Amino acid sequence: MDDCVGESDKAMIDCEGVTKRFTLHNQGGTVIEVLSRADVQVAPGECVALTGASGAGKSTLIRMIHGNYLVEEGRITVGGVQVSGADARTVLRLRRETLGYVSQFLRVVPRVPAIDIVAEPLLTAGWHADAARAHAAGLLTRLNVPERLWGLGPSTFSGGEQQRVNIARGFARNYPALLLDEPTASLDATNRDVVLSLIREAKARGAAILGIFHDENARSQVCDRVVDVSAFRPVAT
Amino acid sequence: MTAALEQPLLQVRGVTKHYGARLGCGDVSFDLWPGEVMGIVGESGSGKSTLLSCLAGHLPPDAGEVRFDVDGSLRDTLQLTEPERRRLHRTDWAFVHQHARDGLRMGVSAGGNVGERLMAIGARNYGEIRSQAADWLNRVEIAAERMDDRPTAFSGGMQQRLQIARNLVTGPRLVFMDEPTGGLDVSVQARLLDLLRGLVREMGLSAIIVTHDLAVVRLLADRLMVMKDGRVVEQGLTDQVLDDPQHGYTQLLVSSVLQV
Ligand SMILES: Nc1ncnc2c1ncn2[C@@H]1O[C@H](COP(=O)(O)OP(=O)(O)O)[C@@H](O)[C@H]1O
Ligand SMILES: Nc1ncnc2c1ncn2[C@@H]1O[C@H](COP(=O)(O)OP(=O)(O)O)[C@@H](O)[C@H]1O
Ligand SMILES: [Mg+2]
Ligand SMILES: [Mg+2]
Repeated sequence: MDDCVGESDKAMIDCEGVTKRFTLHNQGGTVIEVLSRADVQVAPGECVALTGASGAGKSTLIRMIHGNYLVEEGRITVGGVQVSGADARTVLRLRRETLGYVSQFLRVVPRVPAIDIVAEPLLTAGWHADAARAHAAGLLTRLNVPERLWGLGPSTFSGGEQQRVNIARGFARNYPALLLDEPTASLDATNRDVVLSLIREAKARGAAILGIFHDENARSQVCDRVVDVSAFRPVAT
Repeated sequence: MTAALEQPLLQVRGVTKHYGARLGCGDVSFDLWPGEVMGIVGESGSGKSTLLSCLAGHLPPDAGEVRFDVDGSLRDTLQLTEPERRRLHRTDWAFVHQHARDGLRMGVSAGGNVGERLMAIGARNYGEIRSQAADWLNRVEIAAERMDDRPTAFSGGMQQRLQIARNLVTGPRLVFMDEPTGGLDVSVQARLLDLLRGLVREMGLSAIIVTHDLAVVRLLADRLMVMKDGRVVEQGLTDQVLDDPQHGYTQLLVSSVLQV
């Protein structure tokens, strides 16, 4: 990198001076200061890990990038599109076209079969139903989700099975930017390795990945850099 | 840029409605874009139905404008000519009522209820109307052999699915729904929601759904508007409003339900 400007120009995911606090209006207006002036940049092909103690604000930062939490101050862009302050339509389009997200827990839609949950982002992107299902089946196979489960809603699946459905969904499209919130948390060694391979493949095709990995070994295998969010802890007033 | 060519399907500005001195809904503004589903939530009496009725042209607002994309230009729906207005209500718009009996003709067969909407837009070939009606009954999971039965013989969930078929058969561009799953058993609600989710995606429908059920909007709506005492207190992306609510009232609403 020649200079800082050049680096931030190339960032696929770019957080600058991001501050977040929650105001709990029904609890006496309690204000929880979570992050202050967080700066994180992720370039295409790079995987960056967020670290910091539980409650430090790792998931909060990921959620702000995804447009799920509002940004108090500062600026977030993904692929040049500004997320902070964006309207719903802009965020929806970004999620459809650019930004993938594997949440910490699968949010199950009642009665929707696992394979359709995985295929949904592909259908939304205009894939033909058969092609989308075939692709989803390939991912579920790779993640060792038994075929007998594919047609069932995941509400009764084990935590690990649900998480693998969630991962398959997150990796169904080749998003240029990807957010991962503890993707390997409830997985055994075999499936953890599958996820790490998926991450390597995504990096190889140029995806910018920002992730939280509880497991240091997993982190060291795929991450190029670590950003400790404790550095963005707000100063107590 | 193609963005310059894009415009909202529905543009709402400052819509206000009073009932005497009482506020029904006040100063509501938003843009709805093609393919978007917007949810409106709020407790009973917050003005959701009043707003929806104003938007759908069932109730004249005291103030404000409702503009709809007619042949590429945004037109004030209160200023349309009679034929334009008719076209809007018969083809471009659909309204799904909370109580199926308000949206169905109870004395007419299921097939007739669906076929009638087609005839209203000029369909004349009996065989074709019947086959399209049959196709739609099938899509809303009503067995073909029930086609000649009257809705009075149907369960609540079936009546609601029939109402949806009647509304969607003309391929509307915008669907208004007032508590479409209200008053149904939870399992029946779930089935109806599945159906609506599928139809919304397949048809690329734009819709405005009024409900007091946050789980319904979590499932169906891209965007959410929260109303209280006739006013919009907060609006945004559905998951953002539910997961990071900014207004005290929304925080209360979200924390009062188990998990959505
Ligand atoms: N929606 C929310 N409303 C209020 N407080 C929240 C919300 N989300 C997160 N927080 C708070 O923000 C802090 C950081 O949480 P989180 O980002 O989940 O931490 P981490 O992922 O690093 O463990 C915690 O104190 C948490 O309680
Ligand atoms: N026809 C009416 N005449 C008088 N007041 C009405 C009428 N309809 C609704 N209201 C009042 O307007 C307010 C909003 O009602 P409504 O739009 O039905 O709310 P919601 O659909 O959210 O339950 C309430 O205070 C209600 O009592
Ligand atoms: Mg976390
Ligand atoms: Mg109502």
